[in-house]
Amino acid sequence: MMLLENMMEIDGIPVKIEGERNLLEVISKTGIKLPVFCYHSDLSIYGACRMCMVEDENGRMMASCSTVPKAGMKIKTNTGRLRKYRKSILELLLASHCRDCTTCENSGKCRLQELAVQFGITDVRFPNDKTESERDESSYSIVRDSSKCILCGDCVRECNEIQHVGAIDFAYRGSNATISTAFNKPLAESLCVNCGQCAAACPTGAIIVKDDTQKVWDKIDDPEVFVTCEIAPAVRVGIGEELGLDDGEYAMNRIIAALHRMGVDKVYDTVTGADLTVIEETREFIDRLENGGTLPLFTSCCPAWVSFVEKKYPEFLPNVSTCRSPMSMFSAVIKEYYKDKLPEGKTKHYHFALMPCTAKKSEAKRPEFNGCTDDVITTQELIGMIKKSGIMFNELEPEAVDLPFGEMSGAGVIFGVTGGVTEAVLRYVAGDNSKTTLMQIEYTGIRGLEAVKVAEIPYGDRKLKIAVTSGLANARKIIKGIQRGELHYDLVEVMACRGGCISGAGQPYISHRHRIKRADGLYRSDKSSIVKCSQDNRLLDELYEGVLNGRTHELLHVDYVKKDK
Amino acid sequence: MGKLNSRADLIALREECVKAFEAEKTKILVCGGTGCVAGGSLDIYARLKELLEERGIPVEVELAHEPHDGVVGMKKSGCHGFCEMGPLVRIEPSGWLYTKVKLDDCEEIIEKTIIGGENIERLAYKQDGKVYQKQEEIPFYKKQTRVVLGSCGHINAGSVREYLAVGGYKAFEKCLFDMQPEDIIKVISDSNLRGRGGGGFLCGKKWASCAKQKENPKYIVCNGDEGDPGAFMDRSVMEGDPHKLLEGMMIAGLAIGSSDGYIYVRAEYPLAVERLKMAISQAEDCGILGDNILGTGKSFRIHINKGAGAFVCGEGSALTASIEGKRGMPRVKPPRTVEHGLFGKPTNLNNVETYANVPEIINRGAEWYKSIGPENSPGTKAFALTGTIQNTGLIEVPMGTTLREVIFDIGGGMRGGTNFKAVQIGGPSGGCLTEKDLDIPLDFDSLKKVGAMIGSGGLVVMDDKTCMVEVARFFMNFTQNESCGKCVPCREGTKRMLEILERITQGKGKDGDIELLEELADTISNTALCGLGKTAPSPVISTIKNFREEYEAHVYKKRCPAGACSKLNIYVIDPERCRGCSKCARNCPVGAISGQVRSPYVIDQDKCIKCGACMSNCAFSAIRREE
Repeated sequence: MMLLENMMEIDGIPVKIEGERNLLEVISKTGIKLPVFCYHSDLSIYGACRMCMVEDENGRMMASCSTVPKAGMKIKTNTGRLRKYRKSILELLLASHCRDCTTCENSGKCRLQELAVQFGITDVRFPNDKTESERDESSYSIVRDSSKCILCGDCVRECNEIQHVGAIDFAYRGSNATISTAFNKPLAESLCVNCGQCAAACPTGAIIVKDDTQKVWDKIDDPEVFVTCEIAPAVRVGIGEELGLDDGEYAMNRIIAALHRMGVDKVYDTVTGADLTVIEETREFIDRLENGGTLPLFTSCCPAWVSFVEKKYPEFLPNVSTCRSPMSMFSAVIKEYYKDKLPEGKTKHYHFALMPCTAKKSEAKRPEFNGCTDDVITTQELIGMIKKSGIMFNELEPEAVDLPFGEMSGAGVIFGVTGGVTEAVLRYVAGDNSKTTLMQIEYTGIRGLEAVKVAEIPYGDRKLKIAVTSGLANARKIIKGIQRGELHYDLVEVMACRGGCISGAGQPYISHRHRIKRADGLYRSDKSSIVKCSQDNRLLDELYEGVLNGRTHELLHVDYVKKDK
Repeated sequence: MGKLNSRADLIALREECVKAFEAEKTKILVCGGTGCVAGGSLDIYARLKELLEERGIPVEVELAHEPHDGVVGMKKSGCHGFCEMGPLVRIEPSGWLYTKVKLDDCEEIIEKTIIGGENIERLAYKQDGKVYQKQEEIPFYKKQTRVVLGSCGHINAGSVREYLAVGGYKAFEKCLFDMQPEDIIKVISDSNLRGRGGGGFLCGKKWASCAKQKENPKYIVCNGDEGDPGAFMDRSVMEGDPHKLLEGMMIAGLAIGSSDGYIYVRAEYPLAVERLKMAISQAEDCGILGDNILGTGKSFRIHINKGAGAFVCGEGSALTASIEGKRGMPRVKPPRTVEHGLFGKPTNLNNVETYANVPEIINRGAEWYKSIGPENSPGTKAFALTGTIQNTGLIEVPMGTTLREVIFDIGGGMRGGTNFKAVQIGGPSGGCLTEKDLDIPLDFDSLKKVGAMIGSGGLVVMDDKTCMVEVARFFMNFTQNESCGKCVPCREGTKRMLEILERITQGKGKDGDIELLEELADTISNTALCGLGKTAPSPVISTIKNFREEYEAHVYKKRCPAGACSKLNIYVIDPERCRGCSKCARNCPVGAISGQVRSPYVIDQDKCIKCGACMSNCAFSAIRREE
């Protein structure tokens, strides 16, 4: 039968070509999921793993990720030859892969392992030449193990294309090829900003997030230690899918219950810290606006972004807000509050933070913050702790945030999604919490997952020009535009991970679908919150009159200094 | 020399050069190609020049502005191709070729030949008892048709004046003043010129497709990254006739609408880089290259990029990436280089030999070109002839010449009377051909039919002492080292193939190894990302196909039929001959030989590392190697 215009055949099934960039996208419409290592819809097409090969009616082999679909094509996705080649490629990869699978941190999440099972690899006919792991543990956030690397290049493209950091790239050639930092320095001494997106993209255990859970367990086990923790906004909407809930489902109260069950003494909400940030950052912004300070003001909540400015654009450090991140503000307040109020029988205070983020691990270790956050645990590590505890997460009775820090606003909750910080600041700047005002702010154009969002807000007799972006490559474009004098803003909000903290590298899955669901979860939580604006959080008044009295700069601000590259 | 501002200026200069060239009745052309330079030809050149000067004979290195009689032209020429017999010295006008010239011969050359007009038979080439005085009569040259290498060895390679004197830049002049871009492309298309880099893609088609790209600027790129082991065709053109390459690129620039050309040349070719740089600055000084060419307002600049020595950078997208300063790794296509090449712009990429064909095609027309060789694969092809053959060197023959003619007529047959076994064609991406293939015409399509390829033109001839498994191992080692490491089949597959070939040649082959090689070869050739990866298994596939029994002997009998794999040899002491002197036992580095003095010694085969030290030290020839 003749195929209609714009039609092609996949395994005998006619399919319409609807502007897809490659065969792989067309094939996925027919209910076939081809095996891939190096194909990521967000990244440029690399074509190196050769797992997605398909065959045409003449027996010609082609990689579906890099073949343009043409009308009339007749493609087969599952032939004897293809199965043989895929198996062969997997066997070759496994032969050069450290196969300590049962003890590998990524076991169960490893795509190589998954495909090896799927293709029934029961024997590798070549000698294994990667028997020892080769770990770089220099970074507080990320662990690299080149013995697990399959050179799919996903990390390199994340680092270079999406983040424009360029901390890692390929080195050497042939079978000696490897991923390396410049001059093969330890990751901690490289340009790495710890955003962790490489780890999120890595299909194997070659780049993983550093596991700090044992430190938490040790403190919980120590009867003398008073253990407190705080939970970032994005964690509550990122944890569900792995623990039997819907993706993006709001799980804050279950997380609190789980932490209590594990033995954490007090559980707080970083949203309270975000409220403090809103107050401090807005005051700083208004001060800069009115007193001729350095503008645009760059937000400073995201440690990977701060690190990016420090390492790549140090001349812009004066633009970075002096506000600490919500975590570092709140940790300082909590530590200060308990300094001489430890419960009876406790001699030490340990405070850890649950974050969607790998860069927070490094932030916590910055000397500027005096160790106020003892450790940072990512959403994924928390999931591991919950599983280890045997807690049936979806059966937990929800619990509330502990006192005395039990109050927070909806403005602080949306910090977890790109545009949230700006929206929260605008709610404060507007100085009016009527429904109409809040709606107007919502529709200025700062919500949504677009790369760069620009809004103009009336302020007195002038207009404030605000840019909101996420993904460091997008941030770089703004910096370049400012440098060239083409772009002029008063406030620039940057989150290193695309979509904001909801797609932080500490979260279990990161995809566009997840971003939408999680953002939705946070906005719904804001909608149902009693207090919408940070300035209406009564707890803050107590704090400003109490622990923060006369010490706001010391506890809530920081001066980032120029570092050697 | 001042800048030329018009066509008339160029014609006038050419006439001046022709006159000066013709006035140099007597010429000594000393080969300045890399091979002869390594043999000391530059010292010979200096000595000959010195001797002439001592005798008060006027010497001319560069063509004079005012020709005068009685001068002797003293030239460093490009490669003559007969590298086996170097250093070479050619005498004109007689056309005599002196071979293997030494410093001590210089005086005699001046006295007898230059002053006395007499041939020195001692220095002439001899074959089968016959003396060949004239270069063109030597069998090595007789069957050749030199178009691309036409001036190589006949003019001073470092002189634009000599290039002009032999008709240089005439084609460019014609294109610049008399032809429209579409006319140029039509001539090239009509000529059926096919890319000499390996693929054999129709050059006119490529130019046309690049010319019609809307985006600007466009780039002309020349691939001079000749990485095949043993290949040196492009090097000889760049060293011996650099202006011809420039002219070809400049014509391509006119045809495609580009004003920038890049030559990507291996850093391992320092002489080529030097000569190209010199040629570029000469052409710029004349006003033929650069801005406002010959007063037309048109520009064309040529830049040189030195490659850091990666075979993969001969692949188009890896080459452009390398010029851009990025890691030389092929990318997925589409988009093709003509659409998205250097700096993301439309780019025409051809190799050196392809561009060097262009001026002659423009000068003499498409019909002339098509009259050489087969209709669909016309023209000549340069080959680097190496291996166990009498006459190694650089040759240029019409397409369609058979391997038999190349090996036995031009190459003079096997060296030392051994028997022909196979010839590797197309370098590490090619395959081997055997006796039965000797009458296949060398052209793109005929070779493709037998599963081989011309590639860039390397021909390695092998005799019956060559082990084909070892040949496959050699090429696999090369590709494995040169793989960029991007795609899994090439990076990991070639490594495993090499591993297997290594163990087979070391006598550790296992049952199933040959089949595993075939399986890997099948996977790699069908799934690798770029052409280099896809063709990496070719030497293995073709040697298994033609010499499977040799592989089987290695794997199953632990024997190397050619006797080349030392690890498979067995050293045995003949008890009849052994006098029990113990010398072998004392020389054995691993203590594998034992015995009682004055009675026959014995080699422990399990300990023996097959070094052969015992055999070479035995005074009674009592030790033999069993193959």
